[in-house]
Order: sequence, then C-alpha cells, then structure tokens
Amino acid sequence: MSWTCPLPLRDYPNIVLGHGGGGTLSAELVANLFLPAFRNVAIESLGDSAVLRVPAGRLAFSTDSYVVRPLFFPGGCIGDLAINGTVNDLAMSGAKPLYLSVGFIIEEGLPMSTLGEIVEAMRAAAEKAGVQIVTGDTKVVEKGHGDGCYINTAGIGIIPEGREVGPGRAKPSDAIIVSGTIGDHGMAVMSVREGLEFDTIIESDSAALNGLVEAIFGASGEIHVLRDPTRGGLASSLNEIASQSNVGMALHEHRLPVKPDVQAACELLGMDPIYVANEGKLVAIVSQSAAESVLRAMRGHSMGRDAEIIGTVVTERPGMVTAKTKIGGTRVIPMQIGEQLPRIC
Amino acid sequence: MKYLNEFRDGDTAQKLFREIARVTTKPWALMEVCGGQTHSIIRNGIDQLLPDGIELIHGPGCPVCVTPLEMIDKALAIAAKPGVIFCSFGDMLRVPGSEKDLFRIKSEGADVRIVYSPLDALKIARENPDRQVVFFGIGFETTAPANAMAVSLAAKDNLDNFSVLISHVLVPPAMEAIMTSPINRVQAFLAAGHVCSVMGYWQYPALAERYGVPVVITGFEPLDVLDGIRRAVMQLEAGTHEVENAYGRVVNFEGNKPAQEMLRRVFEVTNRMWRGIGMIPSSGWRLNEEYRYYDAEYKFEVNGIVTKESSLCRSGEVLQGAIKPTACPAFGTVCTPRSPLGATMVSSEGACAAYYNYGRFVNIVDMATA
Repeated sequence: MSWTCPLPLRDYPNIVLGHGGGGTLSAELVANLFLPAFRNVAIESLGDSAVLRVPAGRLAFSTDSYVVRPLFFPGGCIGDLAINGTVNDLAMSGAKPLYLSVGFIIEEGLPMSTLGEIVEAMRAAAEKAGVQIVTGDTKVVEKGHGDGCYINTAGIGIIPEGREVGPGRAKPSDAIIVSGTIGDHGMAVMSVREGLEFDTIIESDSAALNGLVEAIFGASGEIHVLRDPTRGGLASSLNEIASQSNVGMALHEHRLPVKPDVQAACELLGMDPIYVANEGKLVAIVSQSAAESVLRAMRGHSMGRDAEIIGTVVTERPGMVTAKTKIGGTRVIPMQIGEQLPRIC
Repeated sequence: MKYLNEFRDGDTAQKLFREIARVTTKPWALMEVCGGQTHSIIRNGIDQLLPDGIELIHGPGCPVCVTPLEMIDKALAIAAKPGVIFCSFGDMLRVPGSEKDLFRIKSEGADVRIVYSPLDALKIARENPDRQVVFFGIGFETTAPANAMAVSLAAKDNLDNFSVLISHVLVPPAMEAIMTSPINRVQAFLAAGHVCSVMGYWQYPALAERYGVPVVITGFEPLDVLDGIRRAVMQLEAGTHEVENAYGRVVNFEGNKPAQEMLRRVFEVTNRMWRGIGMIPSSGWRLNEEYRYYDAEYKFEVNGIVTKESSLCRSGEVLQGAIKPTACPAFGTVCTPRSPLGATMVSSEGACAAYYNYGRFVNIVDMATA
C-alpha cells in the first residue's frame, strides 16, 4: 500500500480535533484526501446529500460499523473490510451493490498517513467491487475515546427481477454450499492481536462477493438463501437460517473446508473454526437439483475455488444444526453464546 | 496437521468400536479424569457409539470447574482494585463468583485482560511498571510449570509489580478421593494424558494396587480415547489392575524432569478446596515461603469473603460422577452457558457445558440415527 500525503495536509502529521470541526481543516481533509480517492459525480457536488439516479426495481439497503483492532492485519485493514462488508451484505439479498456512504469516527492523534492508507484501501476495494462512495462524514473524538478509527458504511443496491432470496426460504432437501475455507479472517486478526504470536502468517479473506453472487445466479434460478458468515462464523449463520426457515441442517464435518494453518491455530487456542469469523465467504442454500451446477459455477470463480457442498437441509429437528462427526457420531452445533473473539470485525 | 489428523480417522475408529464391543461381556463404569477428554468424547459422539453397558463417568479434571468459589471472589476483589491489571485465561472470565463474574467487573471499569500464558502477563508487568499486574494461576499439574516459570523469572529480575493468584490442584489426590467416596462407582480410570506428560505416571502403580483399579494413561483425540477405553475394558474383563500407557507419543514414566524440578523449587503442597467436592487433603500447590512475595493472596490481603453457592446447582455430584448433567433439574432450564449457576456449565471442558453445547438435551437416539 502506498500513499503520499498531499499538501496542505502535511502541516498536520496527526489528526487533530479540528479535522472534525466543520471548518477549514475539515474542508482540507475532504478536498485533499477523500475527494481524490472516492472521485465521482455524486460526491463532487459536495451537497448535504448525494443525489442519485437509480434503475427501477427493488432496492436493498444495509449498514454496518467496523471497529476492528488492530486496524491493519495480514490480508487487509479496516478500510477494505468496511467496503467489502457492506457490499457483501447487499449482495446476500441478491442485490447488485451500487452506492456506499462512509462515516469516519477518528481518534485525535491518528497519524495522517494511517488515515491515508485506510482511505487508499477503501478506494481500491470500492473499485474492485464496482461501487461508488457517494457521501460521507468525519467526526474526531478526543484521544483515549476510540481505537484510532471506527468506520460506518451504508449501501444501496438493486435487486434484479426474479431473485427471491432470504433467510426464511431454505427448504428440506436443499443443498448447503460454502464458498471456501472457513475461519481465515478471525484467525488472521487473532494472530496479530496483542499477546499472540504464531510462526505462520494467516491472511484474512476480506473480499467483495458480489461477483461470485452474479456467477451463482448465472448458474441457477433455484437459489433460496445467501449469507456471509461474519461474526459468529458459519455456525451462527446456519443456526439463524435454520430457525428462520424452521428447518434442520445436517452437516458432514469432514466436508468443511479449513486451511491447515487455520485449523492448527484453532487447535492451539481451543476454538472451533465453524465459530470463527469470515469476511470473504458465503453460504448458499440451493435446491438439490441445482447443487452441482452452482458448485461448478462457484469453483469457476476466483472467490469460490474451494467451494464444497457441506450438508443438506432436513425436516427433522427444526431450528437446529447438527453434524456427523469424523468418527461417525453426531453432535449439535448450537448458536455461540458469548463473544469468543471480541471485536474482530 | 501431523499427530492430529491420523488420530481422528473414521475407519480406524470404527475398528476400535468393534473391538471394544467384541471384548465387552458385562457392564463397566470408566472415569475419564480430564475435562479435555470429556469434551472430546461429547464433541465427537464417542459415548453414542460405545456398546451398551460401557458407561463413561466424567471426572473432576476441569480446572475452571473446581476452582473454589472463594478464590473466584478473591480474584474479583483484586481485579476491582484501582491500578491493578488482572490477567486471566479466557474461560475464567465467565465463571460466576458469589455475585459477579470477571466480565461484569471489567464492564464496571476494571482492567481485566485475557492472556494465553502467564509469560504474557509477565510481559505486561514489564511494560507497565507503575501498575500491579496479577495473573490468575489456576489449573492442574499441566499449567503449573508455566506459572512456576513466570514467578521464578519475576523473582530473578526483582520485578515488584507482578504476582499470581494461585489455585493449583493435583490429580492423584482427587483420584484417591473418588475411590474412597461412599458413592463411588468408578471401576477404571482413563488418566489425564497431559498431566502425565509433566508428572509422568510413577505415582499411579501404588494407587492402582491400593484400590484394585486399572489406570490407563489416555490422550485426547478420538482414537486416543478409544484406545484408552479398549485397554481399560480388557483389563476389567481380565480382572487385572495394571497401569498402562496408551499415550506413549507424549507421556513417559518419569515425566518432564526439569519441569518437576522447577515445580518443586517454587511450590509446596497444601490442602485445597475443590468447588463442588470440598476439601481434599494435600491436593494443591501454593507458592512456597521463598516466593511468597509473588503470591497475590498475601500481597493484596483480600479477607472477609463470604461465599454463596446456588442452592439449585448440583455440579458437585456431576464432578464426582454421581449424576449425569441432564439429571440436574436446573440443566438447560435456569442453568445454561449463557447464565451458568455453577462452573461445570461455564468452561467448555465442564461436563454440563459439553452436554449443553453438543446438544445432549435432545433425544440422542434420535440424533444418532439421523
């Protein structure tokens, strides 16, 4: 990541309270940092709100806040996370994400270069996902009242006709497909967090999934549920779907894709990768007849190379997720109770 | 992952299940001593696949579960003191004290930090010379060497802002207490593999002899546990009571000599309360005279603690294997991992939490056929 601090921001190597005060310092930050990065017609009008032309149809609308610590971790940073997270939330409703808003809450004293790198990561992620950042806001809080930088993003997208997906639409006999290895993001963040040192570098999977979602819809119209298993991991997503659809979920433990280094780190810390956060994976629940063609389409896309069919939706035990263990026993995979990994996304 | 995947192989597991069924002619009750073994048994569904009549009694080997309430209350009192950084393994944070837990104290402003080793706490102490850093040193013989190491390093550097709140417990006296209990049903032990990796198993032949009980040193992966069960059942069927090592890739007879030497130098044996069980003579370690300066109990003088256990919780009987978690009326109703009444519901190694988390509140027969 490279970012050169433009004039006149060089006068302030660190963020000061005035950068959020709405005066000249705020204006300089917008003009020299945010506008050049997010350049588009809507944001350049600098009105109180962005004015957008949208195609007819159903609108998807989502928001999420990002408070990850540390701000930078192997495979990503809070900036790309904030773009990808909201893009993915939109994509999981079948929408094509279009426009994002960005709200920064910055702690006084944050190095200007750090903010610059975060903004550069956001620019690159937005470009990659094909979305525009059209409106924003910056507040600065006193030193000691934040972890450097918090980001909120909200986004809108358009859902094309004929796409009907939602967490309540899973049906018995549907196939459950995960788009790749689980637990990468959570363990990447854990591995660099204070007090934890591993020999190998586990990289976050932070990525936008809207391209993969288009590939999935290109393969079949029989897509019932899409979900990106972030906080709480795959287990939490599947439990939510099971209870909202009033169905059971029967998984095969040996089919869950987990990278060896992620598995090893989980063993060491006594964690189960099925509960660890992902930021670039989705779970698709599709009719059994469409399973193979969807799996092929996912594996043919760069974001879904390691996709696997991991189980089946069943009528038994509605609201519960169970797994056949590797040695042939059965276990329940319940909702996670507390926060095992505080603030990882 | 070498040394893990090959001990989780489904086909070999099926062979071992068949072998256990073949050698079993009558019912037997085996106790797996360690909570890690309980977790593995329930997580993998080993007990569902054993022949009828082979009962696994879940032992008291969960350090989080048996840490006495008074010690939790002391931890809460010390953590709440201004200027203290209180460091602990993660799963101690939700263990209920008489009124609060460490998470509550933390939300009220205490500086409570999760660490993965006492050496991390030592590092925090070095980085914060103006703060008192306390590590909650609980556990069996397995976690003791790292605590001994942290204390001895602190002493070497004359670090005066580091101390440990020690509540170490010892496995062999607990096994002895189980064998002499009037409600005991245990006929064979699967001894705790990782405890033996430190301590060896030279303490066990006398115990096996005195109580006529087979002792099999057992590991934690599914095939380790199954091999332990197989050997224990074969001994029971043959009427022998030997000490066998089924965890040879980790454990030898002598154990880890340098670790034992360090333990001897830093700790002394003491009577210890076990939560849910009561006082077991000579069943714990505390810092000896020479290292007492690093003992948080002395440093902070937290006295006048009056403990109050839940009247509904039957974790004591669960810990001694007298009842299964599901037999407690509070299980899964007023007591869940979200609002635990007793420590066995808190730690993932506690029998109640293992039963709850892996769904042992639903019909298991129905599950096994799914």
